[in-house]
Amino acid sequence: MSGPHSTIAEAPLQRARGAAAPVLPRLLAGVHTEGALTLADHLSVHGQLPPLRGGRRRRGREHAAALIDEIERSGLLGHGGAAFPTATKMRAVASGRGRAIVVANGAEGEPASLKDRTLLEMAPHLVLDGAVLAAEAVDADEVIVCACETADASVHSLEQAIEERAVEPRAGRSPKLHLRTVPGHYVAGQESALVNYLGGGPAMPTFTPPLPFEQGLRRRPTLVDNVETLAHVALIARHGAPWFRQLGTPSQPGSALVTLSGPVADPGVYEIEHGASLASLIDAAGGTTTGVRGALLGGYAGAWVSREWLGGVALSKEHLAAHGATLGAGVVLLLSDQACPVAETARVARWMAGQSVRQCGPCLNGLDSLAGTLEQLAFNGAEASVTRRIERLASLTARRGACGHPDGAVNLILSALEAFHGDFAEHARHGACDRCARPPELPLPDREVSDQASRDRVSGRGSSRGGASRDRATRGGAT
Amino acid sequence: MSHRVRVNPITCEAHGMCAELLPERVTLDEWGYPIVDGTPVHGWELEHARRAARACPTFALLVDREHGRDRERESAGRRSAR
Repeated sequence: MSGPHSTIAEAPLQRARGAAAPVLPRLLAGVHTEGALTLADHLSVHGQLPPLRGGRRRRGREHAAALIDEIERSGLLGHGGAAFPTATKMRAVASGRGRAIVVANGAEGEPASLKDRTLLEMAPHLVLDGAVLAAEAVDADEVIVCACETADASVHSLEQAIEERAVEPRAGRSPKLHLRTVPGHYVAGQESALVNYLGGGPAMPTFTPPLPFEQGLRRRPTLVDNVETLAHVALIARHGAPWFRQLGTPSQPGSALVTLSGPVADPGVYEIEHGASLASLIDAAGGTTTGVRGALLGGYAGAWVSREWLGGVALSKEHLAAHGATLGAGVVLLLSDQACPVAETARVARWMAGQSVRQCGPCLNGLDSLAGTLEQLAFNGAEASVTRRIERLASLTARRGACGHPDGAVNLILSALEAFHGDFAEHARHGACDRCARPPELPLPDREVSDQASRDRVSGRGSSRGGASRDRATRGGAT
Repeated sequence: MSHRVRVNPITCEAHGMCAELLPERVTLDEWGYPIVDGTPVHGWELEHARRAARACPTFALLVDREHGRDRERESAGRRSAR
């Protein structure tokens, strides 16, 4: 690793709408509140992309291999939640059978995450650059950029950005760029659900294997990468792997967008370096406005960390693993000390149960029973054996669905049992507490799985659904 | 080369035939959905597993052959999840 190795304590931090700092922001460089960076703005902030594949096929292949090698050296991990090595996935797609397709995933169904829509809204060209580069790396002729249908501002920014590029297409064989809006429910952004939806089916996960990288959209090898991941690719192609590694930790280099919410002065999307302390993130947001009871890291498939540990938490993979947590898609949610963690967990569990697309029995029944048990504990009478029942239901629910949705919800519930074991014991003995009836703190948007999706399932999967999505195609890539 | 039993949770509708025909590998949870022991099956047990897979009304029980990284599905009636 080259460049300064920054310590946790002095980790630099930048606000989405902040001033310049020595090394951050990277992704959010030059962004402003008055709307997206235009193509001209984008080029003046980040510069041109290095010249890319020439006309000859052999040169193109060498270029693609060099690009994937550089991404591998950078150590970039995916920012959609699973932190999978991006280069590994690209290589798998590149070696697949048939012409590849790139899907830039900005579905962002996680209620506590705003970073993908913020990035698409403010810096759409960085994402498009990354998507075009990824297409070159895996030899794809088509890029589909997906934004959540409820994120109007990011959809608008992307439409504008794609139009700007149509005027000045990139030299060589540029991939076609399409924009698709996707439903906002929780699992819509799951890889196989997204591919299913783009192929004309409902936005529900499919049985795997085959995974999308082997056989995805139109049975072609499909690279599904989170939009923030692609934005990092755009910067790595410009500045190289050593530059990328100047921030972050050796096993998780670079920076990350994080959505911070809860009782802080200025909640929102921040760019941090991996390994930055949670305390420095909270400082950057103007500090806390009340006492904090705990933090939910990684979103609603994430894990609770109780207040005793919060002071020492560093936002890196290795460090969080010790607490059974991950940063997921960059979600940090603080819970105030006025809230009841049992009631908050019960409400989130009910919401997650409602987000099951009801395909798999264990998910449908298990999450419903878990939510019911937690609600009983939080809002009704005491029940002594409740912890054992929760653990038994959890073991019946986890790893038995077609996707990771039940596992994530179970993770959240079990981490609550551990982080707030005192509160659970108290509720089991005495029933609801005074704070249980307080208004919910954790956001629970009204994002029911649409009736349409359920009807699609009943009437046979694969019905065409073009009407709801705004499609736009143009030729052109990064300049 | 070994064989393993698994369930397609999307197509499974909790008919419970698998637990009847392959009790040594399959138990049912409290909602009637199969909990499958995914360790390798051999010999006569493999025959029982194949019979159970054929009997599943939704072809949700699968007997997968594994050798190295390649997997081949044996359940002829497997319905695509897509």
